[in-house]
Amino acid sequence: MFGIATQLFEGQDIRFGPIDYDKDPEIEAKWTHNAEFMRLYAVEPARPISAAVVKKQYEKLEKRMEEEKNFYHFMIRAKADDHLIGKAEIQRIEWTNSNGQIRLGIGLADDRCKGYGTEAMKLLLRFAFAELNLFRMSADVPEYNEGAMALLKKFGFVEEVRRRQALERDGRRWDLLVFGLLKDEWQSQASA
Amino acid sequence: MRDLFRGELVRLTAEEPELRAKQEARWARDTEFHRLADSDAAQLYSDKKIKEWIEKNFEDGFKPDRYPFSIRTLDDDKLIGFLGLWLNLIHSEVWLGIGIGEREYWGKGYGTDAVKLCLRYAFMELGAQRVSLGVHEYNPRAFRAYEKAGFRLEGRTRKDIMREGTRTDSLWMGILREEWMQLQNGGQP
Repeated sequence: MFGIATQLFEGQDIRFGPIDYDKDPEIEAKWTHNAEFMRLYAVEPARPISAAVVKKQYEKLEKRMEEEKNFYHFMIRAKADDHLIGKAEIQRIEWTNSNGQIRLGIGLADDRCKGYGTEAMKLLLRFAFAELNLFRMSADVPEYNEGAMALLKKFGFVEEVRRRQALERDGRRWDLLVFGLLKDEWQSQASA
Repeated sequence: MRDLFRGELVRLTAEEPELRAKQEARWARDTEFHRLADSDAAQLYSDKKIKEWIEKNFEDGFKPDRYPFSIRTLDDDKLIGFLGLWLNLIHSEVWLGIGIGEREYWGKGYGTDAVKLCLRYAFMELGAQRVSLGVHEYNPRAFRAYEKAGFRLEGRTRKDIMREGTRTDSLWMGILREEWMQLQNGGQP
C-alpha cells in the first residue's frame, strides 16, 4: 500500500509544511480571536493572542522540538492556494514505550467539513506509525467536541478512558475522553 | 480543627532537599520500585543532581500548581516516600503521584493512609472537583490502595507501556468531590 516513494507530507488537497514566520502569525492570531476554535483545540482558557506573541510561541516551539525531540509539529496548507488551514502535532512521545499523542486543529469554520481534517489525520497517522515507528497513539477529547470524536472513530480509534467531570466550561463539568489506536489496527484499516 | 497533615500511620511534611535527595538516590537503585512508580527508563543520578532539582522547585517560592510532600511515619518519623499533587487551577483537577521507596513499608497500609490524607487536602484545601491518577496494570498493590481510598477505575489505555518486552495497559482512576464527601459521611449522601 505504501512504499518509500509515497510522500509523507503530501495529501490530495493538503500538504504538511513548516512554519512560515512571515505569513502564519497573522493568520493564527486571527484564529485565537475565535473562542469556539480555541475551545475545540485546547483545554487551556481561550484567549486572544497577537501576531507578535504567536511568532514568539513559534520560536519557542521550534526550540523545544530541537532540544526535547519528543514532539513533531506541522502546518497544514491547502495545495490549491497554499493558504494555512490548521496545525497537526504528535506530542508527548515516550520513545521507550513507543507511544505518543496526536492533536489536530482546523482554524476556520470555512475549512471544516471539507475532508481536510481526514486527509491531515491520514498523513499524521502514517507519519506516527510508519516514520516514527510508534506502537500506539492517544488523543484527548472533551465530550463536547463531537467533530473530533467522529474523525477519530473513522480512523479506528477506540474510546478507552472516560475521565469523569475533568473539565469546567460554561458553568458545568464535562468528561474528558481518551481515545487510542494501535499500530496493527492502523495497518488493517490503512490497507483496507 | 482536624490536622490535615496527620493520618493514622503517616504524616505529610515539607521536603528537605538534602535528606530527600540522599533517599531518592538510594530508592532509584531499586529498579522494581522505579518500574512500579514510573513509565520512564530507569536512570541513576547523583544525590547532588537530585538535590539541585528539588531546590530549583523552591527557588522562586512555591508555585501555585505544585504541592510536593515527604511521607514520614508517625511512629519514628522515618522518611519512607514522597507524594506530589499538581493542581490544574482552571479546571480544579488535581493529579496525584506517590511512591513509597522503603520496601519494608509496602503492603502495610502506609501508602493508603498517605493517599487518604492527600485526598482530604485536595478537596478541603485546594478546592479540587476531582483527583486523578494513573497506575500500571502490573502494580495491583497500588491499585488496591487507591481503591481503598475511594478511587474508581475510569478506563485503561491499551498496551501503553513496554516492560521486559511485553506491552501492558495503563489504568486511569479518578474520584469526584461528591464521592469523597459521601465516604466521609459513612457512605450517606
